[in-house]
Formats: sequence, structure tokens, C-alpha cells
Amino acid sequence: MKYLHLIWAQLFCSRTRTALTLLSVVTAFMLFGLLDSVRVAFNSGGSVDGANRLVVASRLSITQTLPIRLLQQIEGIPGVRQATYAMWFGGIYQDMKNFFPNFSVAPDFFEVYTEYEVPPEQVEAFKATRTAAAVGEALALKHGWKIGDTIPLQATIFPRNGSNDWPLELTTIFRVKDRSQVGQENQLVMNWSYFDEANDYIKNQVSWFTVVLDDPAQASQVAQAIDALSANSDHETRSQTESAFQQAFAKQFADIGLIVTAIMGAVFFTLVLLTGNTMAQAVRERIPELATLKTLGFTDGSVLGLVLAESVLLVVLGGMLGLGLSAAIMPGLARASGGMMPIQTVVAQTWLVGLALMLVIGLVVGLLPALRAQRLRIVDALAGR
Amino acid sequence: MKNVLKNLAVLLVLLAALVVWTLLPWAGVLAVVVLLALWLWLTRSGRLAREATRIGIASLPQRWGASSVIIVGIAGVVGVLVAMLAMGEGFQATLQAAGNDETAIVLRGGSQAETNSVISRSQVPLIAALPGVQRDADGRPLLSAELSQVVNLPTRADGTDANVQFRGIGEDAWQVREGVRIIEGRKPTTGLRELAAGRGAQSQFQGLEVGNLLMLGNQEWSVVGVFASDDAYESELWGDAQTLATTYNRGAYQSVLVRTGAEGFESFKAAVEADPQLKLDVLTTRAYFAQQSGGLKTLLTALGTVIGGIMAVGAIFGALNTMYAAVATRAREIATMRAIGFRGTPVVTAVMLETMLLALLGGLLGGLVAWLLFNNYSVSTLGSNFSQVVFQFKVTPALLWTGLKWALGIGLLGGLFPALRAARLPITVALREV
Repeated sequence: MKYLHLIWAQLFCSRTRTALTLLSVVTAFMLFGLLDSVRVAFNSGGSVDGANRLVVASRLSITQTLPIRLLQQIEGIPGVRQATYAMWFGGIYQDMKNFFPNFSVAPDFFEVYTEYEVPPEQVEAFKATRTAAAVGEALALKHGWKIGDTIPLQATIFPRNGSNDWPLELTTIFRVKDRSQVGQENQLVMNWSYFDEANDYIKNQVSWFTVVLDDPAQASQVAQAIDALSANSDHETRSQTESAFQQAFAKQFADIGLIVTAIMGAVFFTLVLLTGNTMAQAVRERIPELATLKTLGFTDGSVLGLVLAESVLLVVLGGMLGLGLSAAIMPGLARASGGMMPIQTVVAQTWLVGLALMLVIGLVVGLLPALRAQRLRIVDALAGR
Repeated sequence: MKNVLKNLAVLLVLLAALVVWTLLPWAGVLAVVVLLALWLWLTRSGRLAREATRIGIASLPQRWGASSVIIVGIAGVVGVLVAMLAMGEGFQATLQAAGNDETAIVLRGGSQAETNSVISRSQVPLIAALPGVQRDADGRPLLSAELSQVVNLPTRADGTDANVQFRGIGEDAWQVREGVRIIEGRKPTTGLRELAAGRGAQSQFQGLEVGNLLMLGNQEWSVVGVFASDDAYESELWGDAQTLATTYNRGAYQSVLVRTGAEGFESFKAAVEADPQLKLDVLTTRAYFAQQSGGLKTLLTALGTVIGGIMAVGAIFGALNTMYAAVATRAREIATMRAIGFRGTPVVTAVMLETMLLALLGGLLGGLVAWLLFNNYSVSTLGSNFSQVVFQFKVTPALLWTGLKWALGIGLLGGLFPALRAARLPITVALREV
């Protein structure tokens, strides 16, 4: 620590060079912060609240429906505290471009999904109003909806009396407690009983059941017991934890992890080359100074340490600035993407991985110049040989 | 203070030039190159600039380590940008190849995509009787009433389940879609639980070899053939519509594909709209598939530009760094040149041309790597029918051109300020430096 001042002075010995290198490091880690957050958002299995929940969907495919009568059987299985259900609706508001997920749900929706914050009277209003709709706060803000408004939802799958019009009355606006999951506010739910009775095509069917477990540790036994209920029928189910279900779905879009890794590989390779070049230059220019340090009694080891510390400091400084910058611009970016990028903050995991990367890159790029500095012979260096 | 103001003005001009540059068509770029060449070869200051550039480039081999930072940095930007754009391009090309103006798709009014649509059995004969529908040699209408079922199949990549479209087709489907051909085995027989797999589906999912048995919807289906079509249909499995309907308890169709010919479409569409029993949407397949591919293409282009843009900023700092260092190490040399009569313009041009040369190399390298790694690289993603669409990255010449323009733009930004510094070095100070 007592050498910090010296290292700092060394680092800013050539201002332009250090500033430019620092800016490169900042952009690289800003990109890392953004991309890794996207990866985390896609791969994380939703909130902690979902840890004790199972999703029971058709084993045949995601578009296949299940009969509602399974509900009672599922509720009868030991280890199941509560079970609810939902049916995909797939409506659009005004235009395809305004896409947001929407489905019909059971009255106890807000009791199961405890991650949503709703005023109690609005929960009651949702249950009591036949044509009620509940939307996330972000979605309501985006379209300027207020409680009591009529939302003219257009069906794409299920007509009502031969027409695609499904006007719904907005009774409820919910908020996600965990603000990093704010993408979940981009959805609309309506009453399943109304949907079931009013649509022309399909009766007594749901897309999936959500099961709340007494104990998350029992997840696999309960899942097997539920799947056994419908084995060899024409509506076989597959039960998965909520996070496994969401991950499998996200993975169908693309292997986000692979894409992020590939891009960051290219970026960091360039970064190593760039900072490595800077460090090599810095040491080359300062050979007489380093020799002077050794003359004053600094050991070979401490000179090695000084150069390594300098390169690590450079990368960590830039990296932290970059990650901080990505955290700062992320909310704006998420808003600009219209909810397509479900990112809000840089999570702790990204900070840790980023920090580890900074240390490794700092050491790697500093190593060769540092070894050169360590092996300097005072006489040769001072003579300029 | 004066220099700061000057630099600021240069920066503004530079940004304006960059905007013009990105919008410039290839003919404009050619004109710029020709003008530059004329100046270099025909005027006195141009000849001096050429000499200065030659001196600079001659010393490049001594600075390869530092110069490679520019090349690799720009190659990274161009590679990532071209790869992302090639993905969007490939997805769009695959979907659009499936559409043409000769065939029309009929969906339930307002349903947007096949998955959402329902067409009752009683509507099919009504559609078949409408004007505009072409007929085959025996006088039967050329149309195929179809339904599709999303099924789960394990992927080859890691064995996890992915959604695959299983399309039930009518007997005439093969004639309505002219591009589809069997490349192995035979067509599935009507009334039997047989299916043909698309070439793309076969490459991505397990168990689709001819002769295999598959459990789908608790029934055993045998794979009897493989078909190719070079478009989105290759991601699907095809079987008999009636058999598929019984297997999955489906009472209705989802879409009707009709061959109308380019001239018959308008009369067919008008006839459907005039019939009060049919509340249906009619689109040419070209329009339908174009609409299906728009979203992802836009998203990928936006993502590619944003990521490429951020990387470009990093690469510009890298190039600035390298070129400032290059100017600094050659300070005496440059000062000498200026002392013996090289004026500002040739010196600036020399440093700029050197940077642009390195940028060009980087751009070519990045484009080449993207082309080698990704051209025709096969991937799949979730399309708008809740099922996988298999497609190939398409690294087109137009995309490579875009990449090169980016590379030169970065070179321009990264080279100008070091070049200005070279031209402004006080000669006496620089000559005295060790």
C-alpha cells in the first residue's frame, strides 16, 4: 500500500496514453456489463419467490392444452399447498408491434404470485368484475392506462360471438417488488372464468397449472406424482420447476450464453493486445527510471510487483468505471427497447465475474513487461544498452 | 486554447463527414477514391503526400506490434457486426424464400399467424370453389388445407427439447408448393402415420433418419422421407392432415394454401372478402412470410449496430493510442521532413493514409473471419408459430461492404488527430528531442 502513490504516478506518467487505454478498457467492460446482464436476465429463472413453484404443462408441446379437471387431482397430491392455472390468450392491443404477453388466470393468481404487489381492494375488484383486467405498472404507464379504463384487446386465437373484440375493464395495476425483474410488469391478465364462458372455441381447458409446494426440496417427487396422474392419457403433463421451465423456453430463442461468450471473447482478445501494448511501451520508456529504482535498493521482486500492480490498477480502474457506466445507462436502454431487453441493473454475479476478469487481464498483460523490468541489469539500463 | 477550439471544429467536421460517409453509396465511394488518386498523382502536394506516406509505411514493419492493435481491434468490430447482421439476413432470406406471389395463404380474420388461426372443415370446399383458384390437369382445385401441431423433439446440440412444427398437409401440398422436393425416401402416404422431415429439421433434431420410428402424440410415426425446399419449410415435419387431426383430436384446419397464380390473386382475394360466410384474411405467401420475418431482422440489426458501435468506440481509442505513439516515436523523422519542405497537408495525409491502410486490413480480416466462420452456419430460433425455424447465416457482399465502411470510418476517426499533431509539432523542439 505504501507504494500506491508511486504506482499512481507511474500510471499517469504519460497522460494521453493512459487516458486512451483507460477509455478502451471502459468501453470493453461497459459492453461486458450490458451483455452479461442480458445473459443473466435470460437465464435466471425469475424471482426467488418462484423457488417453491412448479409449472405443469403438456408434455406434447407448449401449444397443447390440458383439461381443467386435473386441478382437483393435483391439489390432492401430498406436498402441494396450492394450485392455480392459466390459459394463454395471445391478444394484441391496437397493433402487433405493441406485443405483450396476456392470458386468463384463476381468481387466486395474486395469492400464488407473491412477487407482485397489489392493493387488496384491487385484488377484490379483479375477482368481482367479470371482464376485469390486471396489468403491470410499466405496461399501464407505457399505454397511459388508468384504473377504470376500457382496454380494447383484439383476439388473435379466440373470437367471442364471432368477433375478435374483447373489451376489458382495467381494475388492477400490480407492481413487481424486485425491481430487477421489472420486465414482468409487461403483461396483462384477465379472468379465466370469463374467458372460458365467452370464447367460441374452447371449453374447460388451460395452458398450464402452477403448483405451490410445501417444501421446495420435494419438487422432484411432487413433479413425478403429478405427471403420473395423466400418464398414458391424451393429455400427458410435464412438471418442472419454474426456473427450469423458463430457461428451457429462453433457450429456444437462441443460446444467448454462447453468443455473449463469443462476442466478449473477441472484445477481450483485442483488449489484452491493446493494454499489453500500452504496458510494454510504458516499461520501455521508463527503463532508466526503473534502473534508478533498483539502484536505490528496490529488489527485482518489488520492481516486478510495481509493474504488475500498475497494469492491474489500469484494468481494474477502467473496468470498474465501465461496469458502473453500464449500470447507469441500463434503465434508459431497457426503456428504449420497449421492454424487449429485460435488464435493469448489473447483478452481483456480473460484478464478481467482471472483477475476476479484470484481475486476470491485468496480470496477463502486465506479466511480460514486468518480467522484463525484473530482469533489468542496472548497468546496462543506465547506459542505455 | 486556440488548438482546443480548432480540435473541436475538426471534430464537428469529422462527425458530419462520418454521417455522409455511412450514407454514401458505392458509386460515391468510388468517386472519392478516384478524386484522391487523381490528387495524389497529378498535383505537387499530392506527390509530396505520396512520398511522405511511403516513408511512413516503410517504417511500419518496425511497429507491427503496435499496429496490430489497430488491425485486430477493427477486425473484431467488423467481425461481430457482420456476423450479427448476417444472422438477421439469413433468417429473413429463409422465411422470404418460402413466399411468392403465385400462392396465397388463407387464415382466420385477425389471426396474424398460422398457430392462432382456425378454419373449419366446412369452409374448405367454399374456398376451393372460388374464382382465381388454379386447377390441375384433372380439374381439381390446387389447394392444401393444413393444420400444424407443435411437437417436442430433442435437439442434436444438447438433447434438450425444442418445439418443432408438425404440419398436416393435403395431397396437393406438393404441387401447390413448387420448390419442395423429396431428396431421400418417399412422400408420406395419405391415411398412414408416416411423415417426411425437412432437411433443416433433420440437421437440428435427433431421430429423423429415414426408417426411424418416432413417438408423437402417443402414437408411433415412421419417418419415410426427407424433403428439401431451401426455405422455412425445411424446419418442419410433414404428414397427412387427416391422420394428424385424429392423433391430436383436432377438428379443424388452420390455414389453406391456394395456388392462384400472380394474376388470379386479386380476384381470389376479392371473392373471399365478398363472401359473408368467410371471415378470412387472404395474403400472398410473400406478404405473409415478409411479415413473419420483420421483427427479428429489425431486432438483430439494432443489436448488431449497438454492440458494433460500442466496440467501435473502443477500437477508435485503440487506434488513437497507437497512432499517437507512432507519431511520437517518429517525431524527429517527421520534423526533419517538415524542415526540408514537406508542408502540413502531405504530413497529415501521410498519417491518415497509413491509418486507413491498417483499418482496411482490419476490415478485410474481420470480414474474412466472419465469412469463414459463419457463412452458411446453421442455427435455429423460435419463430412466430411457437416453433423452431432453422436458418443459415448469410454473409452477403453487401454486409461485407458495410463492414469495410465501418472499418474505414474508424480509421478516419482514429487517424485524424494524431495526423494533426504530427503537422503541428514545433520543428525545433522535435528535432532536439532524444
